[in-house]
Amino acid sequence: MARRPVSIGTWSGLIAAALVAVFSLGTLIAVALRAEEFSALSSYDWAAVRFTVVQAALSAGLSVAVAIPVARALSRRAFVGRGVLVTLLGAPFILPVIVAILGLTAVFGKSGIVSKLLFWAGLEPLSIYGFHGVILAHVFFNIPLATRLLLHGWGAIPAERFRLAASLRFTSRDVFRHIEVPMLRDLVPGAFAVIFLICTTSFAVALTFGGGPKATTVELAIYEAFRYDFDLGKASLLALIQFAICAVAAGASMRFRVPQVMGGALDRTVLRFDAATPVARLSDGIWIVLAALFLLSPLAALIVDGAAGLLHLPASVWLSALRSIATALGSAALAIALSLALVLVAQRWAWIEGVGMLSIAASPLVMGTGLFIMIFPFIDPAALALVITALVNAVMSLPFVIRAIAPAVAGSEAAYGRLADGLGMSGWTRLRLVTLPRIRAPLGFAAGLSAALSMGDLGVITLFARPEQATLPLQIYRLMGSYRMDQAMGAALLLLALSLGLFYIFDRGGRGRAHT
Amino acid sequence: MKYGLTFAATFAAFGANADPLTIYAPDYFASEWGPGPAIKAAFEETCGGCEIEYVTGDVLPRILLEGERTSADVVIGLNSDVTKKARETGLFAPHGLDLSPLTLPLEWTDDTFLPFNWGYTAFVYDNTKITNPPASFAELVNSDEEWTIAIQDPRTSISGLALVLWGQEVFGDEAEAAWAKLAPKITTVTKGWSEAYGLFTDGEVDMVLSYTTSPAYHIIAEEDDTKSAALFDEGHYFMVELAAKLAGTDQPELADAFMAFILDERFQTLIPTANWSYPAALPKDQWPAAFSELNYPETAIFLNEDEAAAARDEAIAAWRAGLSQ
Repeated sequence: MARRPVSIGTWSGLIAAALVAVFSLGTLIAVALRAEEFSALSSYDWAAVRFTVVQAALSAGLSVAVAIPVARALSRRAFVGRGVLVTLLGAPFILPVIVAILGLTAVFGKSGIVSKLLFWAGLEPLSIYGFHGVILAHVFFNIPLATRLLLHGWGAIPAERFRLAASLRFTSRDVFRHIEVPMLRDLVPGAFAVIFLICTTSFAVALTFGGGPKATTVELAIYEAFRYDFDLGKASLLALIQFAICAVAAGASMRFRVPQVMGGALDRTVLRFDAATPVARLSDGIWIVLAALFLLSPLAALIVDGAAGLLHLPASVWLSALRSIATALGSAALAIALSLALVLVAQRWAWIEGVGMLSIAASPLVMGTGLFIMIFPFIDPAALALVITALVNAVMSLPFVIRAIAPAVAGSEAAYGRLADGLGMSGWTRLRLVTLPRIRAPLGFAAGLSAALSMGDLGVITLFARPEQATLPLQIYRLMGSYRMDQAMGAALLLLALSLGLFYIFDRGGRGRAHT
Repeated sequence: MKYGLTFAATFAAFGANADPLTIYAPDYFASEWGPGPAIKAAFEETCGGCEIEYVTGDVLPRILLEGERTSADVVIGLNSDVTKKARETGLFAPHGLDLSPLTLPLEWTDDTFLPFNWGYTAFVYDNTKITNPPASFAELVNSDEEWTIAIQDPRTSISGLALVLWGQEVFGDEAEAAWAKLAPKITTVTKGWSEAYGLFTDGEVDMVLSYTTSPAYHIIAEEDDTKSAALFDEGHYFMVELAAKLAGTDQPELADAFMAFILDERFQTLIPTANWSYPAALPKDQWPAAFSELNYPETAIFLNEDEAAAARDEAIAAWRAGLSQ
């Protein structure tokens, strides 16, 4: 029997998939076609591949491992300020790289807060630089994402299950084994894969905290091939290797995934009868406090550093902030439209979801360059700078958006698909009455995430913009490039506030009064 | 003045030209905090009716991508380490200028790439924390002091590349051993100058790879004289920034006029306090006081584009091997 949700989405889904394919693989092909020769990869390049894979796997594993107890604690506790905390915990993920580097060093660096505390305690100061620094930084960036993805998983468990568990006198441990573990086996592989892929394309962070050339990633090698040697052949070859790594990782995660069927529910408020014990309270409290300390103290350092500069920002910085907001809103709208189209079609052809994940493996530099090569013969790329930026940012955020909404869409279809079919609901009506209300929370989160990511991304604008078209992240780089570190930190604080603001508005709007 | 006359003659011919002169420039040059806007205004004043339009980004990769179809008339901000590749494209035309006004510390005879400012790479430190700065590269390497240093990666940053070429010149075959010996002092290696300098001003490191002119920024713009550059006896790596005219420009006269304007005093006096580097054609006595009073290296170490291209791979390999031990 033909599944109805697809009928509204087949064409739009295929178009969205094609667009993503052009942006990720098409740009790679465009760059490869312009290459004059393909030089062989050196042993250094292979060392970069090894380092990339190892650090990405460890970072992803650790991020998810920490996120599980944190998300669990957040899911079963209600306290004043929880909503704000959940939003703030998302901040590291959306910070521009250069800002995050300075925030992290302010806390974990040699002259950072932790080292000072250790010094007072008579201990050796901490050194963040080295392999462990790379992992620490990546875990800092990605715990928030992992936590939020898993938190949605907990939010999707019907309240009835916990009621049933309580009536069966399940302990906290039983609940974990019979209700939470199946949910985790469904979600964890996807979350691991996404974070693995993010860490694969890391470059400036890995280099800075790696402390030296041992921390060379594939993305750095791509940058070097492009910037210095203008060796497009090698750049595209390395980009292809990056795709291969990501494809293997994504494929493996799909194999490990155990999809679960949630069954229908009445959307009651979840009451965790099992979590009322003092031990559970204490351990949840510890996890929440530790996560908050780890994730929020670099932000606090940024606020302290940036507050003075914020008052002295030139008008052009405020203007570029407006430009960034407009781009971010456009990008979020595009990302939601594209991902909904993809996810709905993926209910019929699962591989479509894989296409949507492609962009995460794409090298931003190769994507920008490929677009430039494709557009340049026809039109001045600068004329489209902000449109291209919004589009690229939308495509780049698709993997996160899809990861956030796909489980909810699948859950909605599993629970209500047949009923909706039986009622003959299809097209927009079905999307509006059945699907959207059920995926509202992840959708709001995804839109907020997409907008915030777009705000903070330096991305392709550097390849396309005219001086007067700068976005806020570009202005921060310009300020730093002209020695104006104080103003740059002020602008970074502004960026942080705006990104979080956008994220909060969408996320809050999505959550409504629900506890997710 | 000679240049004034050239301007008057050439501008009379195309004063009413509405098509702007398109200049490809790096971000830091054309942004409102760089010298670009003031130079644009000064040049437009000389020609009455002409207009400069900057296009920002990675200048050379972009020109290479665009090839013959580029809309650039002039590029500015190329480094001598990339001019070989640029020259080989055949996209650039000779500037045809008399180079005698140049005030570089070494002779410059290139007929295509015209210097507009220059500087020396140097390790900049906080003189309230370090009172015994190293007086030579060897002293820095061999010192027992527990200095912490941030440098830039030669594979991603032009100043990082200057550092490894500098080290290669100073230490020759011993370069790898020297990097290995310096390694414990190197806290981290960053992608670009901004990250490293940010770590330095935040107090995370004691020294940063930057330029001898960096202290001038702090003195002039922040009235802060706690930053100094360590001067090395062996000399400092000379970095020069260049401009060139595109052979395929559709506005050859205007492009020529701009190239000539680069050597003009009105252009050159804008360089020190906007690009924080030494002007290429301005006698030292006309520099701002904070520049001319700053200590100034005696010897320039410089590799021309062929030497730099030949030395680069080996120098980076030595650096990489030394720091990876």
